[in-house]
Amino acid sequence: MTPRHVFADDLSELPTNAFSYRSLTWWGVIGFMVIEGTAFALVFATYFFLMSHEQHWAPQPLRPPNPLAGTLFTIILLASEIPNTMIKKAAEKYDLPTVRSLLPWMVGIPLLLFVLRGFEFNSLNVNWYDNAYGSVLWALLVLHTTHIGTDWVDTVVLWRLMGTPHGEAPRRFSDVDENSLYWRFVWLSWLPIYLLIYLLPRLFR
Amino acid sequence: MTPAEKARARPANVPRDGPDLTGPELEARLHKTWSRPRGLIGWLSSVDHKEIGIRYIVTALVFFAMAGLLALHMRLQLATPDSNLMTPELYNESFTMHGSTMMFLFAVPVMQGMQIYLTPLMAGTRNMAFPRLTAFSYWMYLSGGLMLWISHVLNVSPDNGWFSYVPLAGPQYSPGKRADVWAQMITFTEVAALAVAVTLTATILKQRAPGMTLARMPIFLWSTLVTSLMVIFSMPSVALASSMLISDRSVGTQFFNPAENGDALLWQHLFWFFGHPEVYIIFLPGTAFVSEIVVTFCRRSIHGYSVVALSLVATGILAFGLWVHHMFATGLPRVGYSFFTAASMSVAIPTGLQIFCWIATMWEGRPRLTVPMLYVIGFIFTFVIGGLSGVIIASVPLDLQLTDTYFIVAHLHYVLIGGSVFPLLGAITYWFPKVTGRMMSERMGKVAFWTIFLGFQLAFFPMHISGLMGMPRRVFTYPAGMGLELWNMLSTIGAFVVGAAVLLFVVNLLASLFRGAPAGPNPWDAPSLEWAAASPPRPYNFAHIPVVESRTPLWDGADSLRVVHGLRVDEPELLLTTVISATPDLREPGVAPSLWPFVSTVAVAVAFVCSIFSPWALVFGAVPIGIALTAWFWPKKPPPEGEPVIV
Amino acid sequence: MKPVRLTVSVMAAIPVSGCAGIQTALGGQAVQSSDFVSLFTIFMVVCTLMYFVIVGALMWAVLRRRRESEACTVETGKHEVSTPQSRVALIAWTSVIAVGLSALAVASFFTDRSLAAAARNPKLAITVTAHQWWWDVQYTPVDPSHIIRTANELHLPVGVPTEITLKSDDVIHSFWIPKLAGKQDVIPGRVTDAQILPRQIGQYRGQCAEFCGAEHANMALDVTVESMADFKKWAAAQLQPATAPTTPLAAAGFNYVTTRQCSVCHNITGTPANGQVGPDLTHFASRKTIAAGTLPLTTGNLYGWIADPQSQKPGSQMPTMQIAPQDLHAIVAYLETLK
Repeated sequence: MTPRHVFADDLSELPTNAFSYRSLTWWGVIGFMVIEGTAFALVFATYFFLMSHEQHWAPQPLRPPNPLAGTLFTIILLASEIPNTMIKKAAEKYDLPTVRSLLPWMVGIPLLLFVLRGFEFNSLNVNWYDNAYGSVLWALLVLHTTHIGTDWVDTVVLWRLMGTPHGEAPRRFSDVDENSLYWRFVWLSWLPIYLLIYLLPRLFR
Repeated sequence: MTPAEKARARPANVPRDGPDLTGPELEARLHKTWSRPRGLIGWLSSVDHKEIGIRYIVTALVFFAMAGLLALHMRLQLATPDSNLMTPELYNESFTMHGSTMMFLFAVPVMQGMQIYLTPLMAGTRNMAFPRLTAFSYWMYLSGGLMLWISHVLNVSPDNGWFSYVPLAGPQYSPGKRADVWAQMITFTEVAALAVAVTLTATILKQRAPGMTLARMPIFLWSTLVTSLMVIFSMPSVALASSMLISDRSVGTQFFNPAENGDALLWQHLFWFFGHPEVYIIFLPGTAFVSEIVVTFCRRSIHGYSVVALSLVATGILAFGLWVHHMFATGLPRVGYSFFTAASMSVAIPTGLQIFCWIATMWEGRPRLTVPMLYVIGFIFTFVIGGLSGVIIASVPLDLQLTDTYFIVAHLHYVLIGGSVFPLLGAITYWFPKVTGRMMSERMGKVAFWTIFLGFQLAFFPMHISGLMGMPRRVFTYPAGMGLELWNMLSTIGAFVVGAAVLLFVVNLLASLFRGAPAGPNPWDAPSLEWAAASPPRPYNFAHIPVVESRTPLWDGADSLRVVHGLRVDEPELLLTTVISATPDLREPGVAPSLWPFVSTVAVAVAFVCSIFSPWALVFGAVPIGIALTAWFWPKKPPPEGEPVIV
Repeated sequence: MKPVRLTVSVMAAIPVSGCAGIQTALGGQAVQSSDFVSLFTIFMVVCTLMYFVIVGALMWAVLRRRRESEACTVETGKHEVSTPQSRVALIAWTSVIAVGLSALAVASFFTDRSLAAAARNPKLAITVTAHQWWWDVQYTPVDPSHIIRTANELHLPVGVPTEITLKSDDVIHSFWIPKLAGKQDVIPGRVTDAQILPRQIGQYRGQCAEFCGAEHANMALDVTVESMADFKKWAAAQLQPATAPTTPLAAAGFNYVTTRQCSVCHNITGTPANGQVGPDLTHFASRKTIAAGTLPLTTGNLYGWIADPQSQKPGSQMPTMQIAPQDLHAIVAYLETLK
């Protein structure tokens, strides 16, 4: 009934942790990035669909958003990739001291970004209930804010975790590596949103 | 030790499976390592894919029965013209609950449940990739379903159809909370389905047994991979749409309000961009069941394995290009419609290829007409009618008469029941011995099959005719004298025959659970890996991870099974292999049982349900959710000097 | 061909037996609906053929008896073997499907062109505005002083291509007269249109075909296709203001209707009642049904409807009001004069 076992390879020498596509959780993170990316793509499609009904975009008499806060936000967001990449490289080398010293940057920079984001909401020059144009602009900004918000909470938890003895486990370094990967998705997804909020409503008035 | 040193550490005194530790002693120790605590907390903490899979399937079947009862009630109302057995309000709630329950609480969850149960066993691994996430998904699904049905009991159930078109479902024309209940049920079920899809994808890509290249994995795993990817790309659309609807209704956004530059058709595009792939997400697992059953009972491997696998992929991709065929009557430009007609017709080609391969397998092999095979034959007889009526409505001029009539009701039930439920019933019969260690009654199974097959034709074939006679959908009654009486009466009788058949199937299921003939690991002499595990499988599935060298490992291994060894026995451990060639790559710690997925669901469910009443619930609710999720991920045991474990 | 014809006739006999049905899609009483019947027949023939080929192959594969040693099974050790003819069969099968689908697509395309041709140069323009749960119908002629406004009915002259502009006042509805043409959704915020070229005189029925709320099932349309002479007579009558009441009871009804709640929602041309919210009642008594096909227009039904519309069509916009019996007699008497 039960087949006879014929023993082949001994796997006890295989490692228990690896980075990138060799890590199981990497696939989970990619999966969720694809889901969220699809959701963003659909909001972009919604944006263009609503825009196609209009002669003017922003629809008259609305003014387009003021780009000052958003542009500052973008610059700082892109600049945050510097410590982010340093953290990622350190994680792949299991360099705990570097990771511990740089993670606070990834906790602090988003706080500044949240302040700027508050100003951005104020700069949209339209309310979410005013018009479908207003609704979709707010939707883009709210979704991205949630995106940064949840990743920031993840980073805070990771920062505290790496400060404890748990931080010495090799597996935690994959967590740090994947967290940095996700931050890249956060600013990459921002770039088209920035254009949709600040550029297009000026181009098609 | 520095972390880098720990990454290379190899403790010497850890017990591992192998020639020195095998047989009953190994199994006893693995059992201890992999089983969960007894009792209620243990039950709530389970991360065993087999337990979670069974929960999904049982819950889905309960919802199936409840939606079926609604259908019987509606059929009683429609049996005669000008009937007032049901008020229009109750009828509208009933068809909404019937459709929403069948589509969101039965069809996708039952398929995912089967996938959760079978995937690790077929792939030769010990658990799903993200066991706690899978547990969380189940609790989310259950919460969404309970919320919907409690709303029905409290008479605030949704009543705008399972598709909830705006502006009818918007703030102006659906005051109250019914439409919000619907939209929030979507959030629950889509989060659950998406999480399972990611887990299944990761499991199939990274946890297949050594040697099980993509070209050697069972067709069922191909189908699971394709449908999981389809879920990932399509479900965000309905989640987005339902969020926009909630937002329009609760905070005054104008997405769907034409008076404020919104568009009612935006809803339809977003909904059907999800809705069309959704039906293939339900159908493709049905075809996978058929492939597995046909192989076993025709005693040969599937004819044209590559054709079948590529057909699944092609169908999955094509499915995303069809959605406008649900909108042919909305007045969009005709030139755009032609594309969707062409695409809708071409999707018949990969399905036609699969049918060829199944019939060719039967031709070349030696078919044995067991109950699962009967369901396969019933599937072909029935689904093909649905597929052909689908070709008919792919044509715009034909669709303009037939859409929104009972012809469509006939079509959709032929493809969904014929294409998914019949294979599902065959699959339950087929894998019942694996899950329970007992056989279902073959005789009762045959009676149930013939009853449901013939009852189905009686119930749904006349609907083609009543649709052609001008009976629109979603009407609580129809006038006498339009020629609809006979067809509706036949449909009602047929519906009750189907109900009786379902009852008989359930009786068989329950009776066999207690009194069925005992089954060994492989009562059907089937070729795939799940049949190498015990019946029912142990918590760890396989004592040693098997090595695979063909598509039909149990037929090609004579009476021996090649296995790898060296995995830990004192802590749960499984094997990660490479994506394409499935060579052993990493040893991955298994996940211990955890209560946090359940606790997190409670936090999320409270936030979601309260957000029906106030959007602030999401803001305040984020705090307990954040706490629960943090507790979930925070490591519980101190980092060991040896190799890692996950708690 | 004979077996095919026989099969098609048998299959067509079932639905065609309902050709007498007032709302059947197989009637073909207009160019649009007869194009449908032709195309549907072509599709049915091809699809039925395909079905029998598939099911025939299935039954042959399942039922044929072959010796155990000839089968390519795990028992004979040949479970991976495939016969070379099967590759040919696969290619042939794929080609058959592709050719069949292409042929059907081409047939569909030609029907599209035929429908487009029939839609050119409409001679009659009608605007239909859908509401929950009734149809506002307005004939839009060249001369704006000659607007015909009615509700829940259409009169169409036979042989005249007609363009119907469709609007919705509230939610999505769908305009559908199966014996004449396919349906067209009516979407708030958009203007859609339908074209009908009726070929046969008769009485037909249309019905809303997109779920639009509580009384979706009770939103029908009475359609009369008549000769040009009869149509002109009807149109001329419709252009007349409402008949003045001649009997005292009808006069009392006139007073009630034009001065009390009725006049808030309903319009009766030539009287003080000019509400725009509900159906126009100027020539109400010339219609066949009440409340968008919910009830046939009889005296008894009219009593029941006016006394308690909510019991006949719960959820409809017409409220149930407390009307004294003598007022009810008067109202019914007056309304019945509005031919």
